[in-house]
Amino acid sequence: MHEVQPEPVPVAQKAKRGRAIVITSGKGGVGKTTTTANLGHALAARGCSVALIDADVGLRNLDIVLGLESRVKHNLLDVLDGTVELDDAIVRDKHNASLVLLAASQTREKDEVDTEKMKALVERMREQYDYVIIDCPAGIEGGFKNAVVGADEAIVVCTPEVSAVRDVDRVVGLLGNKFRPQLIVNRLRPALVKKGKMLSVEDVNAILRLPLLGVIGDEPEIIVTTNRGEPIALRKDGATAAAYHAIAAKIAGEDVAAPTVEIKASGFFGKLGAMFGGAK
Amino acid sequence: MIEFFRKLFAPTNSSQTAKERLRLVLMTDHLSLAPDMIEAMKRDFIDVIAKYVEVDRDKIEINFEQQDKALAMLANVPILAVNRNGGSNNGDGGKGDGGKKTEEPKTVEAVATATAPLPRRKRRKKSPPATVAPSNASPAPAG
Repeated sequence: MHEVQPEPVPVAQKAKRGRAIVITSGKGGVGKTTTTANLGHALAARGCSVALIDADVGLRNLDIVLGLESRVKHNLLDVLDGTVELDDAIVRDKHNASLVLLAASQTREKDEVDTEKMKALVERMREQYDYVIIDCPAGIEGGFKNAVVGADEAIVVCTPEVSAVRDVDRVVGLLGNKFRPQLIVNRLRPALVKKGKMLSVEDVNAILRLPLLGVIGDEPEIIVTTNRGEPIALRKDGATAAAYHAIAAKIAGEDVAAPTVEIKASGFFGKLGAMFGGAK
Repeated sequence: MIEFFRKLFAPTNSSQTAKERLRLVLMTDHLSLAPDMIEAMKRDFIDVIAKYVEVDRDKIEINFEQQDKALAMLANVPILAVNRNGGSNNGDGGKGDGGKKTEEPKTVEAVATATAPLPRRKRRKKSPPATVAPSNASPAPAG
């Protein structure tokens, strides 16, 4: 696909070479944008500088999830066109100054993105940030290609559904080995898995066979956080926030225990069980 | 109580169904994503058949079909002639009909595998007394 230049750059000139990670899935609605926003916050909370790029040109949403929509003045295409400087186009996060967003254009279309320019932009941003995280649009067409072109790592988000697994399988095939894709299983409902009504993480990964980066439960609070534009990773407690922070730690290279999602205590007996069997 | 028994005897749970469907759909996907591999396999397949019988290469149909819980490769191989010596150089052998007229077990075997599992009565009748198949190479007879 796209070749990576070995990049024998003089160290003095380019102090930083951050990691460029694309968040993708093939299928829409599995939680790419939510994942991007939360991992952005979780990585920024570790003291890293993080730039998020919304590559979903035409259907911009990352700004909403982050609660930054009112601050967005310019977008990715303005920067690619050269009409606005990168530093003027990025929006700094309200909660964490080391997190910035480069929003997508809402009015223009995906095929207006110049692949080479996109690649160069990501390359440039890597010199300024520890992490450049690209929120990929659904699908495997031009938008996908432009989203992955500058990245050298991929995180695939998959829900435990036949259609999502199939699409991730396809996307992983398209990505090839270069991106060393890692898996986040999203929206898992352990109680359903236990009853045999939902694919388990093991079922999903028996097919995908990817390094498992993390598991996120099907958290109703995500809806609330999206309503408010305050990603759940900003919260001090809760299993889901913890799961995102664990994933961030793993991305950063820390040794993190194998991800598990506990069965939510529901009903009287469930609560009783939680009291005694008591999670962490 | 009734609910309990219903659950106990429920067929398989839906995650099992999901797994099964996923396995099949991905096999089909991977096949359709590897047209070169399929073409190469078809070629090799036809070459093997052609070693034993003369086939109509233009009319060969090879398809993949989902059959209940399995993916099957279905081949329809029109046979033009069966070579009497069972060798790869054909040309004279009996033309016209399918493989029934030949005596060479090797040839018939090949035809059987290519089209449908034709029972071979002649050999089956001969075989029972001896456990080891006589001289005829293959351990094919199932009966």
